[in-house]
Amino acid sequence: MKLTVNGTPHDVEVPPDMPLLWVLRDVLGLYGTKFGCGVAQCGACTVWRDGRPVRSCALPVQAVGEAPITTIEGIAGHPQAQAIQREWAARDVPQCGYCQSGQVMSAVALLRMNPKPTDRDIDLAMNGNICRCATYVRIRAAIHAAAEQTAMPVSSA
Amino acid sequence: MSSLPHAWFRPRVSRRALLQTSGALIIGLHLPIRVRAAEAPQGPPPPANPNAFVRIGADGTVTVLSKHIEFGQGPFTGLATLVAEELDADWSRVRCEHSPSDPKVYANLAFGNLQGTGGSSAIANSYEQMRRAGAAARAMLVTAAAKRWGVAESQITVREGVVEHAASGRRANFGELAADAAKLPVPKDPKLKDPATFRLVGKDGSVRKLDSTDKANGRAVFTIDQHAPQMLTVVVARPPRFGGKLAEVNDSAARAVPGVMEVRRLDNGVAVYAEHTWAALKGREALQLTWDESAAEKRSSDVIVAEYRATIARGSGLVAGEHGDAASALASGSIVEAEYVFPYLAHAPMEPLDGFLTWEGDVAVAKFGSQIPTIDQQALTQALGIPPEKVRVEVVFAGGSFGRRAQATSHLAAELGQVAKALAGGSLARRPVKLLWTREDDLHGGYYRPMVVHRMRGKVEGGRIVAWSSAIATQSFLKGSPFEAMIQKGVDPTSVEGASELLYDIPAFRCELHTMQSPVTTLWWRSVGHSHTGYAVETFVDELLQQAGQDPVAGRLAMMQKAPRAAGALRAVASLAQWNGPAVANGRARGVAVVESFGSFVAQIAEVSLERNGEPCVHKVWCAVDCGVAVNPDVIRAQMEGGIGYGLGHALYAQVPLVDGLPAVRNFTDYRSLRINEMPQVEVVIVPSTERPSGVGEPGVPPIAPAVGNALARLGAGRLRQLPMFGNGKA
Repeated sequence: MKLTVNGTPHDVEVPPDMPLLWVLRDVLGLYGTKFGCGVAQCGACTVWRDGRPVRSCALPVQAVGEAPITTIEGIAGHPQAQAIQREWAARDVPQCGYCQSGQVMSAVALLRMNPKPTDRDIDLAMNGNICRCATYVRIRAAIHAAAEQTAMPVSSA
Repeated sequence: MSSLPHAWFRPRVSRRALLQTSGALIIGLHLPIRVRAAEAPQGPPPPANPNAFVRIGADGTVTVLSKHIEFGQGPFTGLATLVAEELDADWSRVRCEHSPSDPKVYANLAFGNLQGTGGSSAIANSYEQMRRAGAAARAMLVTAAAKRWGVAESQITVREGVVEHAASGRRANFGELAADAAKLPVPKDPKLKDPATFRLVGKDGSVRKLDSTDKANGRAVFTIDQHAPQMLTVVVARPPRFGGKLAEVNDSAARAVPGVMEVRRLDNGVAVYAEHTWAALKGREALQLTWDESAAEKRSSDVIVAEYRATIARGSGLVAGEHGDAASALASGSIVEAEYVFPYLAHAPMEPLDGFLTWEGDVAVAKFGSQIPTIDQQALTQALGIPPEKVRVEVVFAGGSFGRRAQATSHLAAELGQVAKALAGGSLARRPVKLLWTREDDLHGGYYRPMVVHRMRGKVEGGRIVAWSSAIATQSFLKGSPFEAMIQKGVDPTSVEGASELLYDIPAFRCELHTMQSPVTTLWWRSVGHSHTGYAVETFVDELLQQAGQDPVAGRLAMMQKAPRAAGALRAVASLAQWNGPAVANGRARGVAVVESFGSFVAQIAEVSLERNGEPCVHKVWCAVDCGVAVNPDVIRAQMEGGIGYGLGHALYAQVPLVDGLPAVRNFTDYRSLRINEMPQVEVVIVPSTERPSGVGEPGVPPIAPAVGNALARLGAGRLRQLPMFGNGKA
């Protein structure tokens, strides 16, 4: 089965019903994407399919098709990712950190689609990502701060 | 950070443990691996002194070894701050990693001779130890510089990683002196700084957390990320009912699943070993198992509650706290009565339980988020049946715990050991194994916050509360555990903490405990007993004050003569929120609560409205915390924010109901978690204090549920006596 992850084509021999999450982790060795629930409820496994956030734990690899997949390991080139990750660190958003790859993937995707999200936009884009440490106050603040940086006209998104 | 109760560790911290270890401080300054490797081409030897809290490399990097696991509460940053403060290190060169597992060196001084994290004790027990480690390392660097330069130590200054002799203009960074310093004797009694001169401790913005960047970039490595060539991924089928025993196994269909490598019977479960996680999960689904449930829990939650209620009604519990004559005072007059019911709660850390075990020769190396490595190591040793010196535990980041990984029974370590041992003698023997629990395993797996029934009786006379009694029925998880010695005269302190003595002066007071039995496994859950006593006590006192015509803040303060620090936190939060009473305005009401737990004092005010769908909306929470010396103010604020979110989500939505003994939740679909749209704004004030530092991992949790409950009462929702408040169980 052919799969393009972070710009690199792969040919993987896996059962077609294997969720993308386990292909990424167990077959391709990309461990940044996490397992939290297995039923698309917590968002720890969030990756992008064609640039849009999807829950890889409940996405059979055969359903990915030719759409390129992007994981936390593959976002560094996006200015929105740089801003989000900078703000995440500057504001010490993470606690245990386990959900944060998924949070970052959802947050960067939000900024790519909506450069200046309101609180309501953030609620809608981020409420599929559970953080049991409840770092939500800082997630919200970091998204707003990152938006301030990337919403400038010079942004080359 | 949960949760070996404060009642247990406080006396040890203040007396025995600190004395016991004074003078035993060990500091290693050693050359970095690459330098030693160059000298010894056959490969780097193990670190010269593995019993180390501080290592300074030739490149000037200061590595602090944390004896506490980092799963979100900030001990990496906190312990490193203490070392760096006394060392006068350059924060940008400071790193932290988990220490080895060795209770002789890395014991939690609050726990005696046990290495472990819990009870919100990481900073509390390490405060002096880490400062002494930093101060000793600094003194050794200064001595090394003085010798090298032939000058007096008294003329040498240290600032931000640079050692300097100003008169001669000579300077050296830590890395240039590390090798010489490592040869010096460790000073036994290094001089500690006057706290008034601290540059890092308590200074906002002086440090950023050490683990934030890796966690934002997906590079932080957890147990689930461990891997090795030939590794087998393992899931285990366990009894569906608590107390069930494995009877028969038919694994032929499971073995037929592509990728399944082996199926083995464990003590009371069946392990499926596979090439990858998906095959392991499918293999487990294909198992045909029968269970002997003759001794299993088959009751439903409502039946258990009824039994607890009936037990309390029969009276004669063990006295957990008493002064005055509550029985007489409550025998007549107008009595306010209330019964509170609390459900089983799962901790549900984001990373479900997991473990990794590999072999280095004949040494079994277990890498996982071990919260109490000392007893986990013992459990592994027992399960593997090999000598203890052949078993090593390496602690790695864990995706949360909230108490779940502090297992008095070390059941996860035991299972990991069994999983590895069960391969012995076969073709897969000594393959590395990674054991995974799924979310369903986690929610069905027990070790819950116990169910609790509180029965409260109170009396108001002349505008004040004159009598108070409470009876508590719940399970004890200390009974039969290695921590059983904490039980005093039959009373498990974790069942009654926060209820057996109050912050308030009430002339007649009594608290009784009924310890109940069930095969359902229970455990400390972030803030332990305070997770329920905080709600029962703080909503009941609010109700009595309302009846007495008292303001919730002023009425509490009037009874807090013997609780000055709690009163200080309450005053601070009232000031922060500009409290002007609980009255409803613009559809919103405010409720207040104050709780002492783990030696810290936290008061919160919640502003709440009731939405059209009948659920509450918590708009804002003001929080004041007195945790003694505030080492990392921003970590403290983060723990208050997180504690509020954790406490609120469970109070509003979460429970593990039993139906005929079976946990009736499967996943986050019905074990509902707080989400970002439900998180209130939070504003935190830290009460200035020079008292010994106390914890912040748990104390943010207890006040939020009663603060919200008290606000809802003012909104006309009634006094909510059962948690969760709005738990239809559906997300």
